[in-house]
Amino acid sequence: MPPVLVVNVLISGVLAGLVYGLMALGLSVIFGVVRVVNFAHGQMMTVAMYAAVLLFAWLKLDPILAILPVAALFFVLGYALQSSIINPFITRPEHSQFILLVALATIISNVLLMGFGPDARSVQTSYGLNSYAIGQILFDQSRVYAGSAAIACSAALFAFFRFAPTGKAIRACADNYLGAKVVGLNVKHLYALTFGLGAACVAAAGCMIVLLVDVTPDLGSYYTLLAFVIVIVGGLGSMGGALLGGVLIGVSEALAGLFFDPAAKSMFSFALLILVLLFRPQGLLGRRR
Amino acid sequence: MAQLEIDSVSKSFRGLRAVADASFEVPQGALVALIGPNGAGKTTIFNMVAGVYAPDGGRIRFDGARIDGKRPDQICAAGVGRTFQIVKPFAGLSVLDNVIVGALQNSRGVAQARREALAILERLGLEGRRDQLASALTLPDRKRLEVARALATGPRLLLLDEVMAGLRPTECDQLVEVFRELNRAGLTILLIEHVMRAVMALAQQVIVLHHGEIIANSTPQQVVRDPAVLECYLGEETEV
Amino acid sequence: MSALRDLLSSLTPLGRALLALMAAALLVLPYVLNSYLLTLAILILYLAYTGQAWNVMMGFCGQLSLGHALYVGLGAYAAAVLYAKFQVGPWAGIWLALALCVVAGAVIGFLAFRFSIAGVYFALLTIAFAEFTRIGFENLSWVGGTGGLFIKVAQRHHIDLLNLRGTPAMFYYVILALAAAAFALSGWLLRSRVGYYWQAIREDEEAAQALGINTFLWKMAAVTISAAMTGVAGVFYAFYYNNLFPGQVFNIEQSIEIILGPIIGGLGTLFGPILGATVITALGEGITNAVNALGFDIPGVKQVFYGVALMCVIMFLPDGIWPPLARKLGLRRKD
Repeated sequence: MPPVLVVNVLISGVLAGLVYGLMALGLSVIFGVVRVVNFAHGQMMTVAMYAAVLLFAWLKLDPILAILPVAALFFVLGYALQSSIINPFITRPEHSQFILLVALATIISNVLLMGFGPDARSVQTSYGLNSYAIGQILFDQSRVYAGSAAIACSAALFAFFRFAPTGKAIRACADNYLGAKVVGLNVKHLYALTFGLGAACVAAAGCMIVLLVDVTPDLGSYYTLLAFVIVIVGGLGSMGGALLGGVLIGVSEALAGLFFDPAAKSMFSFALLILVLLFRPQGLLGRRR
Repeated sequence: MAQLEIDSVSKSFRGLRAVADASFEVPQGALVALIGPNGAGKTTIFNMVAGVYAPDGGRIRFDGARIDGKRPDQICAAGVGRTFQIVKPFAGLSVLDNVIVGALQNSRGVAQARREALAILERLGLEGRRDQLASALTLPDRKRLEVARALATGPRLLLLDEVMAGLRPTECDQLVEVFRELNRAGLTILLIEHVMRAVMALAQQVIVLHHGEIIANSTPQQVVRDPAVLECYLGEETEV
Repeated sequence: MSALRDLLSSLTPLGRALLALMAAALLVLPYVLNSYLLTLAILILYLAYTGQAWNVMMGFCGQLSLGHALYVGLGAYAAAVLYAKFQVGPWAGIWLALALCVVAGAVIGFLAFRFSIAGVYFALLTIAFAEFTRIGFENLSWVGGTGGLFIKVAQRHHIDLLNLRGTPAMFYYVILALAAAAFALSGWLLRSRVGYYWQAIREDEEAAQALGINTFLWKMAAVTISAAMTGVAGVFYAFYYNNLFPGQVFNIEQSIEIILGPIIGGLGTLFGPILGATVITALGEGITNAVNALGFDIPGVKQVFYGVALMCVIMFLPDGIWPPLARKLGLRRKD
């Protein structure tokens, strides 16, 4: 196996992994702050993917450019979803909330199936088959764009939570719900904001990932599970962990596809999830709850 | 013969010393109170006796046998019953079913457990509410349910964690009478209490805990005059 | 028998009459229904059975499994492989199915409970195991891989109970017997010492421990019993559908279908799974037929309906349909 091939596969894995990381970041933010297990996360991303496909088909809008409008739309939808349907479930037993989102996921997946049919859709950009080259090392152009966009969005999110007053308020809610309320923060509004942000992340990730894979209605549950694997491996409540986890999964999937049967790559992710749940439930970078 | 021996027991939580080298004994058939300011380590001691966690150092013996490090269910089987500071009723089950769960520890079958449970409910004045859901009870009734459930397991030592908190004086006196009767019938009781009214009425021996250390261990009358205790907990103006 | 007496005494005279009527109706259904409706009845009873099995773990003991398709699949493949490759009939195959499912359940339970994985993480663990097994079977060419495993259908006309080959009516009575047995078993478990322990664990595990209950042991019991019961459903599945695809039988959609009945009907109740299975299947088929009658053939309509029904129930009737229904119609003797 020529080393150049391995390096190319690695790079390709890292770039895809950054997009996975952004998707997982959305879940981590929602799970970490609102404590909602967004089992419809992957389905939300699938909807975003279809949105990107449609925008490309109708308006010739490049998916990377579609990030802004799609993410904005999902922010609003996410805010609405949290404040209307999900909010009452925060005080209810965990399993009720989980089942609510399982139901939502089922609805979304099948509405997509009804609307678009089972066949795969894709986005054929003009640069879709191009690569940049540094010596013998190839960088797939789509992946470079996707990866860079992922870094940009993640950085923006980091900055928001680090420096913006609202971002800090949200972190306060996550750390201490009761304390936040006592201090006068409008927790319901902040929760909805957070869910909106998480949805926006996942929408952005969807636009990016449609450059790399074709979309079918049943992708939802695969990505939901992948997001959970990444968040749990990387560590709950750690944004850096989500990105790190994403890259790890991206790389391992790429390598597994290279050395083993491509179909086995998801088995690896699940095995990793099981191992992490058992031995290091706080993940690689997470704090012990 | 000491039924419960706490022998040089310590416990730290991530660097914070909750209990530091505590030692005391509870004689069989005694009624002992454990008092002290909040955060003194009282519930920590209870939790170690009840098996919620193991002590970092020291030994705990019940009827001569070591119980430190055993699981909570094993300790209950050995004869130690406990209530929780924040009551934990089985909300979705009826009052009777709640107590049946406890009684099953001490019975051959569900039918026998049911009979025992009914008897205990009557003793604690909850017989009339036996088919109500536990979630529908008022706080005083929930506390009585908590006691009933622990009693149903047939313990020889009962650990009561701040049972009187939140009760009105008459309700408190009612429970005091129940505990007196149980103690007279032979049940050893160790209770954590802030309500001094109950402590003075019940306890034959009072142990005072402060910052994880035992600072007094004698009769109620002596403890309320102990300057160290007055300074850290009771206050100079305490009327008992 | 005292469990039966308890059950009957918990119903009002009206409730008892309805129960008797239902039992009588169930016995004669194959003679009154056409083949389509009979297929539907078999599906309802199958879902009622698997729902009852899942209810043992979740409704009674509070452990949320979203990967129960794992046990259906293991049971199905075990029996099917023995029959297709070794000509061993289902009545022997069922033992392998039970063994495999008990082991699988025990592994999951042990790993989860030993390492204190609960709630959402436990549910994720169950999903991970099911998905892992699905992909494993898809890559196992010995059992057909993605191409599937097929059992030969020798005939459908005379009843060969030994090999579970025969008329739809035969399958109906088999699944009816299973559903009735599951109902009886659940009822007996619920009123026994085990049932009290499970419910205590479900309500408050710490308090249960303080009352002398070895929660690890009893949670393991719940998981393995539920797994074993579901494995038997797998055997039925294999011999009824005669074809097994990992993508279908281990699918998370299957796992979700299993939980629909108990949640919509009433978690932790005895009648919940049956009622829920009936309602969801009848309405689901009704909607599909209505859509087809309008000239459309849209895959996914039924699942959207399932999702909406689940959402509505969890939002507005979290205890399921059975408790309020029983109250309204005066079927249950309330405390």
